[in-house]
Amino acid sequence: MATEPTVKPTDPLTATPATLDPAQVDPAAPPATGPWKLAWRRLRRNKVALAFGVLFVLLILSALAAPLWAEHVANTTPDRNRLADQIIVDGKPRDIVSVRGIPMGPTWRGEYFLGADENGRDVMVRLLYGARNSVFIGLTAALITTVLAVLLGLLAGYFRGWIDALISRGLDVLWAFPVLLLGIALGVSLATEGLSIGPITVAGNSLWIPTLIIGFVGIVYLARPVRGQVLGLREKEFIEVARAQGMSDWRIMTRELLPNLFSTILVFFPLIMANAILLEAALSFLGAGVQAPSPSWGTMIDTGLDRLRGAPHLTIAPGVMLIMTVLSLNIFGEGVRDALDPRAKVRLEH
Amino acid sequence: MSTQPLLEVDHLKVDFRTDEGLVHAVDDVSFRLGQSEVLAVVGESGSGKSVTAMTLMGLTRSPNARFEGSARLRGQELITASDDELRKLRGKEIAMIFQDPMTSLNPVHRIGKQIVEQIQAHDDVSDAEARDRVVTLLDRVGIPRSRERIDSYPHEFSGGMRQRVMIAMALSCDPGVLIADEPTTALDVTIQAQILREMRDLRERTGTSIILVTHDLGVVADIADRIAVMYSGRIVETGTLDEIFYDPQHPYTWGLLGSIARIDRPRPHRLPSIPGQPPSLIDRPEGCHFRPRCRHEFEDCPKYPELEGRIGQAPGHDDRCWLPVEEKRDRRVVADGQIGLEAEGATA
Repeated sequence: MATEPTVKPTDPLTATPATLDPAQVDPAAPPATGPWKLAWRRLRRNKVALAFGVLFVLLILSALAAPLWAEHVANTTPDRNRLADQIIVDGKPRDIVSVRGIPMGPTWRGEYFLGADENGRDVMVRLLYGARNSVFIGLTAALITTVLAVLLGLLAGYFRGWIDALISRGLDVLWAFPVLLLGIALGVSLATEGLSIGPITVAGNSLWIPTLIIGFVGIVYLARPVRGQVLGLREKEFIEVARAQGMSDWRIMTRELLPNLFSTILVFFPLIMANAILLEAALSFLGAGVQAPSPSWGTMIDTGLDRLRGAPHLTIAPGVMLIMTVLSLNIFGEGVRDALDPRAKVRLEH
Repeated sequence: MSTQPLLEVDHLKVDFRTDEGLVHAVDDVSFRLGQSEVLAVVGESGSGKSVTAMTLMGLTRSPNARFEGSARLRGQELITASDDELRKLRGKEIAMIFQDPMTSLNPVHRIGKQIVEQIQAHDDVSDAEARDRVVTLLDRVGIPRSRERIDSYPHEFSGGMRQRVMIAMALSCDPGVLIADEPTTALDVTIQAQILREMRDLRERTGTSIILVTHDLGVVADIADRIAVMYSGRIVETGTLDEIFYDPQHPYTWGLLGSIARIDRPRPHRLPSIPGQPPSLIDRPEGCHFRPRCRHEFEDCPKYPELEGRIGQAPGHDDRCWLPVEEKRDRRVVADGQIGLEAEGATA
């Protein structure tokens, strides 16, 4: 183990000031065990959470490798239509899309590994490119949520008074809206007109539209717990000490309070990201998220729904990807929470 | 007075508005603190000693607090100073050591970093330079192997060690005034003695003035030059260590002195205590606040007693008791050479 001390440290009680000669100070003293190291040790023992963490990393890597698969294995692009073509499978020619309009099922080899869709596009390739979009939106939206929610929670909890009232009531309003309806309303209106704030213009079919919407509606989930925690922390004696040291409010918030919030943020982040990916799929499924022809798991399920009977792989494949991604994030997130706060009441049974 | 005192507090009043009414936490408190002097502020819980100390730092400011009077540090007014001015003074000119070292350190930062933060909040120094200063400070407060311990987290320290870290932090910018709010209350007796010795040494070496807030007269006897006894928001008696211990004028002080357990006296049947409860700070007795608990009450007591010299030949030894000096000297003796509020068994 890397943390094993190479030299046994002298007992601090028996070490008298006379032995404090700098030359004698042992340079290989064990590094201090910080709270993060302790949490990592606990997480490392939770094999299930680690396995799902690894699964999530694999999903991300496969999304990153999408162009490699498309170019070298499937020999196609996510948008290439091959409606009237045939390919040779096991020596026999097969229609990519039959004359009755039913797309071919999985071939389990390079080209059309998971079959074709209604336009003769390679489902596997679109799935991988869709993963890129989903993960990009999930990650970016979760980052936007976290930054804004932590900022709002810190300001509300630290300053209290009218700042808190303003922020909390704003969150209440946001909370009162059904998230999905708010997302659809924003998505539909922004998708047709695009977004332009000052010099920044975002086109209606840009991925940033759903990303911003999802990041925005997620704020309530994190801002409230952060505010609550800050309200508790600000009464702690070390904050009083910081004030007595002459630290400014901003410094107290960023240097004293924020580091104490990291464990909360770390616990919430994977869960928020899972939520964001789900919401993206839901919005895309309803046509208010990622716009065609950009692939997304939500739109793929949406278009596959019409052909559920003849070509179930169109809905099953993106559905399974969605479940795996969200499940891995949730279970890994629970593991992180158990590691950071072993006394948390809600635990996952193994 | 030949030299200008470092800190002058005049008629300081602090009130807090609460749902129950106006709490008069500090009422007409005045004192002087000279260069490298140790002033002990003694009193039971709720006597206003901590509020006085925190007010000097501006830590009691809130929309519900009301301040009157003045406190000047080297001539600069603290009570009406802006938050910005005050922030520059905090840590730099006045530093504070808090009661509970277990919760006074941020659990997520290494201790060295916390002290570096404080140094860099006031002085524009490089990380390496600040770190060197921290090592010196940790050495000075008696933390062994300071060069390694600087990177430890608070949970790796014992209570006594954490309090030393707090002292090092308070001393990091060479403050003129160090306020220690019950610095040894949360520690075991053996560690208490060490910390007090440490503070005494520091005063001698650095010339820092110390305001020691405590309820423990035993702690005071070790280290203080002057004592201010507080009761119900007021200073009821102030004088030098010897004056307070050997010629106490106020019955409350007698009570405090009488309730110290002493190893050099025959063991009492029961440790004497002061009967009754401290008064509510909202609805206080008229005149002398100690009146309802005092068995020497007489007709002058409902008049407001000023804190003034009532002895004549001892300037600086002031109190708020109406009794004539000779009567006080007579009444405070409860047994052979012993001072107390009342003789043992008087209430039984």
